Amino acid sequence: MRRESGYAATMNTAPALIVEKLACARGGRLLFEGLGLRVERGGAVQIEGRNGAGKSSLLRLLAGLLRPAGGRIDNPFRIGWAGHELALKPNMRLRDELTHWARLDGRDAAAVDAALAAFDLLPLAELPVGVLSSGQKHRAVLARAHASGAELWLLDEPGVGLDAASLERLAAAMRAHRAAGGLVIAATHGDIGLDAPQKLVLDQLVLA
Amino acid sequence: MHRFANPARFLRIARVLTLPLTLLGLGLTAAGLWIGLFDSPPDYQQGESVRIMYVHVPAAWLGSGGYLGLAVASAVALVWRHPLAEIAARAIAPVGAAFTAICLISGALWGKPTWGTYWVWDARLTSMLVLLFLYLGYLALSSAEAERGGGKAASILAIVGVINLPIIKYSVEWWNTLHQGSSIRLSGAGASSSIAREVLLPVLLSVAGFSLLFGAIVLMRMRAALAQQAVAARSRRIAAAYT
Amino acid sequence: MFWLLVRRDLALALRRPAALALPVVFFVLAAALFPFAVGPDAKLLLAIAPGVLWVAALLAALLPVETLVAPDVADGTLDQLVTRGLALETFAAARLVAHWLSFALPLLVALPVAGVLLGTPALAPLALGLLIGTPALAALALLAACLTAGLRGGGALAGLIVLPLALPVLIFGVGVGQPGGLQLLGAATLVIVAVTPFAAAAALRSGME
Repeated sequence: MRRESGYAATMNTAPALIVEKLACARGGRLLFEGLGLRVERGGAVQIEGRNGAGKSSLLRLLAGLLRPAGGRIDNPFRIGWAGHELALKPNMRLRDELTHWARLDGRDAAAVDAALAAFDLLPLAELPVGVLSSGQKHRAVLARAHASGAELWLLDEPGVGLDAASLERLAAAMRAHRAAGGLVIAATHGDIGLDAPQKLVLDQLVLA
Repeated sequence: MHRFANPARFLRIARVLTLPLTLLGLGLTAAGLWIGLFDSPPDYQQGESVRIMYVHVPAAWLGSGGYLGLAVASAVALVWRHPLAEIAARAIAPVGAAFTAICLISGALWGKPTWGTYWVWDARLTSMLVLLFLYLGYLALSSAEAERGGGKAASILAIVGVINLPIIKYSVEWWNTLHQGSSIRLSGAGASSSIAREVLLPVLLSVAGFSLLFGAIVLMRMRAALAQQAVAARSRRIAAAYT
Repeated sequence: MFWLLVRRDLALALRRPAALALPVVFFVLAAALFPFAVGPDAKLLLAIAPGVLWVAALLAALLPVETLVAPDVADGTLDQLVTRGLALETFAAARLVAHWLSFALPLLVALPVAGVLLGTPALAPLALGLLIGTPALAALALLAACLTAGLRGGGALAGLIVLPLALPVLIFGVGVGQPGGLQLLGAATLVIVAVTPFAAAAALRSGME
């Protein structure tokens, strides 16, 4: 985990996620390099680019799940990670699973209820995760990030498999999160309802 | 056969049968054990310890009979794809395994005062032990399968097991005669022709009582399994109806 | 955090009693196989019983190796833990404790059964040896599970990896009755248990890259 927050504090009193000259190599291939980024509280970044450009890899770098090939990431915030993997056991109840993760985050049952409500999952809370549809499971993953209380949400394709009503809820949740001083970084193909995000298009960063 | 295929009809019949079977089974078992423990003579060789027989014999019969039932139910499930047969097989297995274990444990407790040791590698005991392992293998496979949402593998295993059983029994006996020197001859429970009438009546009573209890437990387990299926189906319906 | 993870692992294990019983049944079955192979001679069985039970315990520890960490890697549980700032070493240590509790304790309970089958009268030294040695077996199984997580045929591979590493535990475990045997076994276990979380975490980390 990279949390060299001292540097950010001397540069600027407001805490910020700062990325400098970041490079990423996967399977011997350089995906991008020289990437810089600065996001403060309330900010949002929308990562775009074609398939294989390294959107997911950039998110994993920011989450500390991958080691950068070069450059540095300075992240003073706690992370709420919503990747493609479910990380919820299929034969356990949805509420119990989210409660387990909330407990690891030091959060209480009220946070879980709020997250379930935010993604309209309350009526499904007592069902085993295994019977949920893929869209419902995806919302559960988003709800875990919501319940974590982390400042920085890292969302990988958060709009996939969501219908119009759920997309609306996602947009509302992100709006509320940013209004409360949270940050959102999302990798996405299309618009997911982020208000005025910084746009980061990965194709342009690739040096031939 | 397919008269009972409808779970609703089966449940109606099962609901009516469960209580009388339980009560009758408890009554007969109690009578058999009462006579066996207090109103039958001790064995002139083994003394009072022979009374373990009134639990041991029914357990042995239900352990092996249960496996036959398990195999038959599995065959019906495989050949006729009868939905209740698979549930019946899964309901029988742990009960049969439990009786097999009771047979082995009571046999060991009986063996200590009689032979001076809890266990000998006698052909009959050994076969019973192998039977318990067959049960446990079926239980492990069927529960692993149930997690995946069902399947036929456990039924196939049960049938392979029952076909294999005579071979196992023969091989164990052959192995046992190979090591004749160390084995101990059984007496008492095995020599059925010499069983006296005072002993035969309580044995028959407790065999009948335990058998009825076996049936009642299997019915209850089947009802519970059907109820569980209904809950799972309902959960899926709720998730599907609610986007 | 550590105990939360241990409790979570145990709660998940208790929800699958069949999977929990598997290593124990395997332990007894493996022990019961030997009289068939070498004959039911009581003297012979008495002589080989400690060795047989130790080998059976080692195999039983390896049995759940494919489900020990691979599912958590595949379903993203590990990612979620890492993004929460949890050290993989902590995860590995918690999993080690949970694996030991869920395989070794039932195994010790089943020990008298296996002992009766092999005609062993004095189980106490054997039980003490297993109590001290099984943490090492659990640790080696966990290490193998981390090394092979995500590989095809990981279970067979894990056996190949662990068996040579388990040799000292086996030797000292069977020699518990000898002078110094218990101390040597304890020392071997301590070393293996202390090293494993770091080695396992390194293996997991290299798997995530």
